Amino acid sequence: MSLRIVVTVKYVPDATGDRHFADDLTVDRDDVDGLLSELDEYAVEQALQISENADDDVEITVLTVGPEDAKDALRKALSMGADKAIHVEDDDLHGTDAIGTSLVLAKAIEKAGYDLVISGLASTDGTMGVVPALLAERLGVPQVTLLSEVSVEDGTVKGRRDGDAASEQLEASLPAVVSVTDQSGEARYPSFKGIMAAKKKPVESWDLSDLDLEAEEVGLEGAWTAVESATQRPARTAGTIVKDEGEGGKQLAEFLAGQKFI
Amino acid sequence: MAEVLVYVDHVDGAVRKPTLELLTLARRIGEPVAVALGAGAESTAAALAEHGATRVLTHDASEYVDYLVVPKVDALQAAVAAVSPAAVLVPSSAEGKEIAARLALRIGSGIITDAVDLEAGDEGPVATQSVFAASFTTKSRVSKGTPVITVKPNSAAVEAAPAAGAVEALAVSFSAQATGTKITGRTPRESTGRPELTEAAIVVSGGRGVNGAENFALIEALADSLGAAVGASRAAVDAGWYPHTNQVGQTGKSVSPQLYIANGISGAIQHRAGMQTSKTIVAVNKDAEAPIFDLVDYGVVGDLFDVVPQLTEEIKTRKG
Repeated sequence: MSLRIVVTVKYVPDATGDRHFADDLTVDRDDVDGLLSELDEYAVEQALQISENADDDVEITVLTVGPEDAKDALRKALSMGADKAIHVEDDDLHGTDAIGTSLVLAKAIEKAGYDLVISGLASTDGTMGVVPALLAERLGVPQVTLLSEVSVEDGTVKGRRDGDAASEQLEASLPAVVSVTDQSGEARYPSFKGIMAAKKKPVESWDLSDLDLEAEEVGLEGAWTAVESATQRPARTAGTIVKDEGEGGKQLAEFLAGQKFI
Repeated sequence: MAEVLVYVDHVDGAVRKPTLELLTLARRIGEPVAVALGAGAESTAAALAEHGATRVLTHDASEYVDYLVVPKVDALQAAVAAVSPAAVLVPSSAEGKEIAARLALRIGSGIITDAVDLEAGDEGPVATQSVFAASFTTKSRVSKGTPVITVKPNSAAVEAAPAAGAVEALAVSFSAQATGTKITGRTPRESTGRPELTEAAIVVSGGRGVNGAENFALIEALADSLGAAVGASRAAVDAGWYPHTNQVGQTGKSVSPQLYIANGISGAIQHRAGMQTSKTIVAVNKDAEAPIFDLVDYGVVGDLFDVVPQLTEEIKTRKG
């Protein structure tokens, strides 16, 4: 028996950079450096741990949809230990929204073949957190999402989902879609050996025609949502800052009282 | 007037505040029709009617407790088929977003998540979102299908607007996927007696500067003096000083209270992403150069171990 894991990852603009919108109201990817979304590193890590704990052969494929530079995100995942990568790249994908992205990912996952899909809980740019649920719906398999603990044994995935009101134990049969939180376990750093090995690992490139998709099903024109405006939030006006010289707490209380919080 | 479906988040019949906020927003674009599922669904009707629900569609089944997310999607889809609404509004909880996403896909619609405001527009509802760690505000609409929009807590004031709130049974037949993910165990979170973090009007947070789990008692005491929720930065959570469920930031919860008090938090971009839309921001930090001071309405440069207890005492005194 072997287990095929597909990890979906996203190449995102660095949050510490000056993120902004391009003229067509899509995210400007040219002016800010990109990287593998931090939350996806946890998904790669859990795939690696499942592989290390498995008796069977496990093949980990890392999949992304994005522009040329998105290969950097795949390289990072390969250097952490994933076996191979698939890059879906097509000019017509520019401006694709979450519903469209889930369509492209689902087609690619089906083409690649899978027993388990693992995603991060959300991307660090769009932060919607809906793609794992959308993938489960599209693929027609169980969603086992927002896990802070995950394990796979005998064709069953189990995990713990920590919600606001309760912590739940979940269980589903494979194939399934899993998403993991930043509580699932610290992601490993790529070793020098891993970085060197990654250079030799296969990266396949697919475009829309490889996935039997038409341009109008994706991209800005095909999007199910439209951004009408994006405005930079005005800088906050400088607040009052005082140095504590023994009365700092009382001064703060005075401010809060003035604002009617007390 | 067109009807607008509002998905009800409730605990055994007690409606949570974000749902009441949704009813206020729903009234701007049509007549709210509430969908309440699970045990106690019918007991939600009084509160929903008081806040503007003209009808309350209810359904209870063991599937809602025994299986993850999909049974609720099936029910909401049945409600969409029965009502043909102008829009569907769902609270922006983790589960709410998953339910909304699957529903949108099934009914061939676009989805907008984490709206912070909602207005009627010529081509359907227009949602305001706060993006890139609140550095940009966008206005968007759903361009295909029935708009499915999730709304963050504290996006609207709760307003009473009495309506009929007629309870009607919703007919639901579960899909093959409904029983795909079993919930085999459930450990309820112990109640702290404090407000829920994402819904609270005031949030008091502690970070690296709190310097130990035991010192969070200072933060809790300040929170309790104000009737506030307690938050924590990722550094404090990763150090094991406070539970992850209280983490504010990019990988934790996003909060938008009337007042946010950051104690011993430097204000890294990841933290700011989760609290920058707070109406009034206050910080206490030893480091005058901490980036959090760029955001504050009022900041105290000082040792939180001196400032916070003094503040707590002063609040108690003033409140008598």
